[in-house]
Amino acid sequence: MTLLKDDSGREDADGGGGTPGAEDAYVPSDRRLDRERHKRARARRATAIAAVSTLVTAVVLYVVVVNAPGWPRTKETFFDAHYAREALPKVLEGLWLNVRLLLICGVLVLVLGMLIAIARTLPGPVFFPLRALAAAYTDFFRGLPLIINLMIVIFGVPALRLQGVTVDPVLLGGTALTLTYSAYVAEVFRAGIESVHPSQRAAARSLGLTNRQALRYVVLPQAVRRQVPPLLNDLVSLQKDTGLVSIGGAIDAVRAADIIAQRSMNYTSYIVAGLVFVALTIPMTRFTDWVTARMDRQRAQGGAV
Amino acid sequence: MSDAPVLRMESVRKTFGGSVVLRDVDLEVAPHTVTALIGASGSGKSTLLRCANLLEEIDDGAIWLDGEDITDPRVDQDAVRRRIGVVFQAYNLFPHMTVLDNITLAPRRVHGVSREEAEERAGELLERLGLGEKAHAYPDRLSGGQQQRVAIVRALAVRPRLLLLDEITAALDPELVGEVLTVVRDLKDDGMTMVLATHEMGFARDVADQVCFLDGGVVLERGTAEQVFGDPQQERTRRFLRRIVEAGRL
Repeated sequence: MTLLKDDSGREDADGGGGTPGAEDAYVPSDRRLDRERHKRARARRATAIAAVSTLVTAVVLYVVVVNAPGWPRTKETFFDAHYAREALPKVLEGLWLNVRLLLICGVLVLVLGMLIAIARTLPGPVFFPLRALAAAYTDFFRGLPLIINLMIVIFGVPALRLQGVTVDPVLLGGTALTLTYSAYVAEVFRAGIESVHPSQRAAARSLGLTNRQALRYVVLPQAVRRQVPPLLNDLVSLQKDTGLVSIGGAIDAVRAADIIAQRSMNYTSYIVAGLVFVALTIPMTRFTDWVTARMDRQRAQGGAV
Repeated sequence: MSDAPVLRMESVRKTFGGSVVLRDVDLEVAPHTVTALIGASGSGKSTLLRCANLLEEIDDGAIWLDGEDITDPRVDQDAVRRRIGVVFQAYNLFPHMTVLDNITLAPRRVHGVSREEAEERAGELLERLGLGEKAHAYPDRLSGGQQQRVAIVRALAVRPRLLLLDEITAALDPELVGEVLTVVRDLKDDGMTMVLATHEMGFARDVADQVCFLDGGVVLERGTAEQVFGDPQQERTRRFLRRIVEAGRL
């Protein structure tokens, strides 16, 4: 097998190697040409296999779904073009609330998460209470299901009937989202801070920088840079979870879909809302991938030196 | 008065967990002199330097910098570190900053020097060490020898009273060691007071006014370079130097 390929490779290369007027120019060896031909053949085979398997899967899925006993009814209830057209403007209107929630909560989460992370990494016995508090906070809110957090804040806070405290489900929902996501993001930041080698801090301190200056100028910039991909990941997550504030009655994309579905007894609006969220997260996911890839490249270059 | 030691250590003891790393260490470093700490790995050379810079807290004894007891808990440690420059074995440059920013960080943030002034001085120092065109490069674009020279410039930028060099050539390829050692020689000629931990025995013999042989956290032998390398008194020193010679490093 190998021998055969070798022979054919040599023949081919002879033809290519005879290019005139290239005395100094590099002529790929038979060995290289043969290797490249082999790689190309392998790539073609892989692509073909992937294409065929995708097609087969799609056909199987289609056949299974379309032949399902409830398909005609499901199609009517979930994929009705008429209702989709009716739902889209309402859902998009609601989505504006989700976007605003994302922007405001996103900023709050980053700030709060950073503060909690810093509190958790403060050295010395003086800061023990702060460290313990921050640890308890992250433990609690990372474990508490977001939906329960939302219900407690959205329904519990108004029940207290406190003077001057809002009962607006949007504000309360945003608060709950911020509470939970700050805990997630704090852990991401903390991991980043701890990933910066202690020798960096030692170098900063040896230059006379105070602990705070070392954190600000040396540790945090490196920590944040490293954690950009996981942070964006959490923001994508937050983006779709803004849909959960609908449980309090705030008219966001999900609630808008809900209203239409209740009225028309048709669920197409849910599909529309779902697709709108997906469409919103895709650019962010792609951006995350791009940043991650770019940082991996940079790290690879840095590591080579 | 001018001969009063820059750095003085008395009966310094340091333990990590149960193991004693420094035991009853005394040391005096006169102004404008070079002290070389030699000894096997784990003999306490690096720890001694880290204690002198207060990166490690000593368990007992005392350390004076220009006559001030810097191990007094009431002392402002950041102020002490400002007067001491340190160069590490692994360079420890800040990877997210350019060479220039690495060097000007402490002058600007700690000493309140203006950006222009700090960059001017950094430029001069870089020029002197043949790194003028690297000012705007990031550390990962430099060779090990270049990185270490930048680290030296960074330590010098705050005009330290004392420079601590912790095996600064140990991580370098052999052909890059020379360029770094040349810098240290130049600094000696300029009158910089230095304490260096090193495995480069030839260099230590060449440049040091005082050589201390550490063994198991104890300064076993000390003296001029001629005394310690030429006529070691202790059996362990002789054995250490013999091994070095056999390894072709002296």
